[in-house]
Amino acid sequence: APAYADNFGLGREALPEEIAAWDKDVSPDGTGLPVGSGDAYTGEEIFADKCAVCHGDFAEGLGNWPKLAGGRDTLDREDPLKTVGSYWPHLSTAWDYINRSMPYGDAQSLEADEVYAMVAYILYSNDLVDDDFVLSNENLADFEMPNADGFIIDDRIETEFSKWVGEPCMENCKDNVEVTMRALVLDVTPDVATDE
Amino acid sequence: MSNGPSRRTFLRGAAAGTALVAGAAHANTPDPLITEVQPWASGFGDGVDVTPYGLPIEYEADVIRRNVEWLTADTISSINFTPIHALDGTITPQGCAFERHHSGAIELRKEDYRLMINGLVDRPLVFSYADLERFPRENHVYFCECAANTGMEWAGAQLNGAQFTHGMIHNMEYTGVPLRTLLEEAGLDTAGDLSDKWVFVEGADASSNGRSIPMEKALDDVLIAFKANGEALRKEHGYPVRLVVPGWEGNMWVKWIRRIEVMDGPVESREETSKYTDTLEDGTSRKWTWAMDAKSVVTSPSPQSPITHGKGPLVISGLAWTGRGAITRVDVSKDGGKTWETARLAKPGEKMALTRFYLDTEWDGEEMFLQSRAIDETGYVQPTKTQLREVRGLNSIYHNNGIQTWWVRANGEAENVEVS
Repeated sequence: APAYADNFGLGREALPEEIAAWDKDVSPDGTGLPVGSGDAYTGEEIFADKCAVCHGDFAEGLGNWPKLAGGRDTLDREDPLKTVGSYWPHLSTAWDYINRSMPYGDAQSLEADEVYAMVAYILYSNDLVDDDFVLSNENLADFEMPNADGFIIDDRIETEFSKWVGEPCMENCKDNVEVTMRALVLDVTPDVATDE
Repeated sequence: MSNGPSRRTFLRGAAAGTALVAGAAHANTPDPLITEVQPWASGFGDGVDVTPYGLPIEYEADVIRRNVEWLTADTISSINFTPIHALDGTITPQGCAFERHHSGAIELRKEDYRLMINGLVDRPLVFSYADLERFPRENHVYFCECAANTGMEWAGAQLNGAQFTHGMIHNMEYTGVPLRTLLEEAGLDTAGDLSDKWVFVEGADASSNGRSIPMEKALDDVLIAFKANGEALRKEHGYPVRLVVPGWEGNMWVKWIRRIEVMDGPVESREETSKYTDTLEDGTSRKWTWAMDAKSVVTSPSPQSPITHGKGPLVISGLAWTGRGAITRVDVSKDGGKTWETARLAKPGEKMALTRFYLDTEWDGEEMFLQSRAIDETGYVQPTKTQLREVRGLNSIYHNNGIQTWWVRANGEAENVEVS
């Protein structure tokens, strides 16, 4: 194309096998999903084998490790519990992330069918499907997540910017100043002393 | 757990401070550091072959990154903090510039490095590291601030030190190739109307850290960077190549970048759905909160940098930055926001880069409630934490740019507090 006649001629054409090896992202509409399927029951076995040591037998999370299930209707509460079931807007993200980056420390070791089964099990752990539910490349994109409508695009320009623009107060800005919170009361800062 | 650090640091400093104040007025006895020949004034120092690549002198051993164990489940997907309380100027030394990894700092040789551009391009391409060095380069100084910087402070004053409350940030001079150059090398005719296109970028590490960036930004000022502060990127900062996304949240600065895909829409990856979305009080969440708003912090005095010299001349110093352009002004209050004085910028603010400010003042030895307030070229004034919470509630996790208060006591010690 003439527009690129003056390019640098650097790099070389990527081969289809190379693109296939690295381009694994999956979009909300299912683009990028490989053919495959798996049911929640099978997923439970794989999950127990490869995931439960951190995420718990029921995807409830162990210790400080992420909880993948629970937390429905907590997003407007004091300590919201954000899980795949309570928070994630698209199921594609769960498939994509597990496929590319889990298990933690042994990423990219799962077969496509294993990922389908495991995602089905996570849905089951969130009480969103029965244990015989089969997830596949055919039905994944159509699965409606509970919090699918829970997101808005960054609106700071409208909701904040207009409030906090302009010449600020310089003198007599408030009558009194009282300490309302102190970090030393919490006492959770690491000891930064260098014992000499 | 933490009564040790500030207490000990303070006491050490106070003792020295007393001596200095006395000495400053007048000396009664001659100072042996002057009147006696010191070993360094007589014998040899190190030869030039002793230190092929140097580290700071041992007396600066506390100017280091620090970890806060309880913040994360392990140290592999975790964060550490830049010692901003001890630094000055604006350039962050790479060796103590904060790290944030999701599956650790990987080792990737230049020889093993590959960068792929695919998707809606005329020619999908693979570049070697050597290829990248043959494109025309640019140099720019930008801050990289983690979206979660100051995030632990949403619910109140928690960590006691500027390093911990504001240290998920560094500021470097980057050398690299505009992303635009590489996209044009692959050709964008196939993509058609670019206004609704996106690029998806991901790293070579196990976490991949994939993020979607609108094409407008990708063609504007995003850099494929391979040098920082004059030398190769550090391993932990993405060696040999990282993405630099001026003004935008640090998560998008994909390290060890291996692939760029031109797409019709955003992937809505884990790092832009589960994470890096900001939950509001009503339970809905903002997504694609890319820009980091105007922010500032007094780095000294601060809890890790108490006043040790007694009354008299005092340099109040700090950093200001904004992802929406350049800092034009910083105001400082010593009384918790009742009155403000405009500080002096060490240099005019640069776009999407840290700006150093100073307020040269006299300290009367009374307690202070120190605050700083940044203003950027859009006219935006850094809000208080109360103002932020009124809009967002307490559960946003990310993007806390509220005004910080340090309570400086009469003894010079400082504490992280919130005030009415």
